[in-house]
Amino acid sequence: MSKPSSPIDFGAYPDARGHFGEFGGRFVSETLISALDELREMYERLKNDPEFQAAFDYDLAHYVGRPSPLYLAERLTEAAGGARIWLKREDLNHTGAHKVNNTVGQALLAKHSGKSRVIAETGAGQHGVATATVAARLGLKCAVYMGAEDVKRQSPNVYRMKLLGAEVIPVESGSKTLKDAMNEAMRDWVTNVDDTFYIIGTVAGPHPYPQLVRDFNSIIGREARRQSLEQFGQLPDALVACVGGGSNAIGLFHPFLADESVKMYGVEAGGDGVETGRHAAPLNDGVPGVLHGNRTYLMEDDDGQIIETHSVSAGLDYPGVGPEHAWLRDIGRVEYVAANDDEALAAFRQLTRTEGILPALESSHAVAYALKLAATMRPDQNIVVNLSGRGDKDIFTVAAIDGIEV
Amino acid sequence: MTTLNNRIDRRFSKLRSEGRKALVTYIVAGDGGLENTVDLMHQLVASGSDLIELGVPFSDPMAEGPVIQKGHERALEHKASLRKCLALIEEFRTKDAETPVILMGYANPIEKMGAEVFADALQAAGGDGALTVDLPAEEAVPLNELLRARDLRNIFLLTPTTSDERIAEITELASGFVYYVSLKGVTGAGHLDLDSVHENLTRIRRFTDLPLCVGFGIKDGASAKAVSADGDGAVVGSVLVSAVGESADAAAAKDRVGAIVGEMRSALDS
Repeated sequence: MSKPSSPIDFGAYPDARGHFGEFGGRFVSETLISALDELREMYERLKNDPEFQAAFDYDLAHYVGRPSPLYLAERLTEAAGGARIWLKREDLNHTGAHKVNNTVGQALLAKHSGKSRVIAETGAGQHGVATATVAARLGLKCAVYMGAEDVKRQSPNVYRMKLLGAEVIPVESGSKTLKDAMNEAMRDWVTNVDDTFYIIGTVAGPHPYPQLVRDFNSIIGREARRQSLEQFGQLPDALVACVGGGSNAIGLFHPFLADESVKMYGVEAGGDGVETGRHAAPLNDGVPGVLHGNRTYLMEDDDGQIIETHSVSAGLDYPGVGPEHAWLRDIGRVEYVAANDDEALAAFRQLTRTEGILPALESSHAVAYALKLAATMRPDQNIVVNLSGRGDKDIFTVAAIDGIEV
Repeated sequence: MTTLNNRIDRRFSKLRSEGRKALVTYIVAGDGGLENTVDLMHQLVASGSDLIELGVPFSDPMAEGPVIQKGHERALEHKASLRKCLALIEEFRTKDAETPVILMGYANPIEKMGAEVFADALQAAGGDGALTVDLPAEEAVPLNELLRARDLRNIFLLTPTTSDERIAEITELASGFVYYVSLKGVTGAGHLDLDSVHENLTRIRRFTDLPLCVGFGIKDGASAKAVSADGDGAVVGSVLVSAVGESADAAAAKDRVGAIVGEMRSALDS
């Protein structure tokens, strides 16, 4: 991909209509437009409001537990045999993943909107738990849509959401996974738009969601940038993060986009291998199309029907990807690669055994690629890996693969 | 318009001159079997439908309620696709030269085919227009121009929450007729508010002379007649898709759909 001649002002994207180059936008039925307009206007007003920012910062510090550490994984570095590997410990956040950065922010928007009910879609359940958590804290009614297949696969998170007072609604339509949960949440929103705020969990969906979810998660990259300078005296040489919808990755990448020396790698779910077609890697093996309110890379068939995806990680099992990633791919600023199920599982075990840190299977994809990348780099170079979530939720999946009943 | 090259325009012009309301009927292409769809379309016309909206099945029909979602799923099991929808229109045209047919669906199958290829194919097949649910005015301009250049119509949705400013913007692009969505919600929902329909149609009328058809929440002749009092017609979908889904075979589906459409026709003409 050719590099643009003049530097890009990354802060200027998306444009007023929500476009990142040819991607993004608002591809929704007219029934949702006024709700999106209302949200956009509210967010435009609040994002530069010192009082709103102070409330967000306060919650990140005292409720989420930020800043999260930037941790030098010495034994993992030794095992890889190259660049130093630093882990941005989003797994240490309240509720155990980066997802809460966004739900805390959107909960503040919900409160401002005066709406009494929040809804969310969830795949693995992490975003559902993070939404149910902030809803409990603010005393808002909460409904979480979850594909019926995922309800079966992720029963601990289903129970967590119920304990938090949320209603978990299994979605029986389509492939009964995350994409169908998102369809159903949109339908709920259209129907109950007067009293309901939709907390989308990733940087996909119609404008302004990709922008505001990115902004709320950018705390990850802002901290990592400052911590890098403090802890190793320079910017990292490379950033690595897993990409499903892409919220943890954009959160890490965005504050570094203008730093040309920092290479960035988004790691998609390779499933059985990108070459097999059984994966969830639209940026590696998809085509541009329109789904869930935005134009982006998608996994689809010759007729433009969205196809089922495959990944050991429910949180990456999504046929689309945030539109900003689609754009960053096409302009060549970020390189998108894939890690297969087997590689992610191996990384999951290796990080657990070498560092005593149990990573989410999603984050294990980033670790897997970082191990390969580090080996190609010099020992005086630094890689920051977004350890986006903890792996406690995944022990049943891993045990089942090992043939062990927990 | 003086020449009326498009069947939709001709049909509404005729209905207006007769003082009648339009009955617009929606079925999902391929639901009940691809081989039965054209027959069902002819049945719609025989029972009194003025215009057919042929639903293009999509894997993720975000704006549909459960009834039409299931219709899309059944149709996809029968391997229906945008390409096959175009072939169905072509087949329908061999026996019906005048009933307008529009394709109602989602943006991605058109993106996949390519908007220009789609516009050419729709024209070649004998289709008359398109309604792309997730292509609101600000994203619709390129397709709109391609359709307009071929004398095909582009149908847009307006809703109770659409601002005056947007109504002006949308009716500028719209052609054929305007589809007013009578309620907040998905297709097949039940809470029809006639006062709100009256108020909004009056509001929209200030911006356009295009025919106004009302859909969402119309279940029978009485509701069809009620919503079309202030507009030019009623759109019915979910009850027909439900009838197809509940029918044991193609013959039963034709009978049930024919009976529902017939009852609505009589109510509208009474």
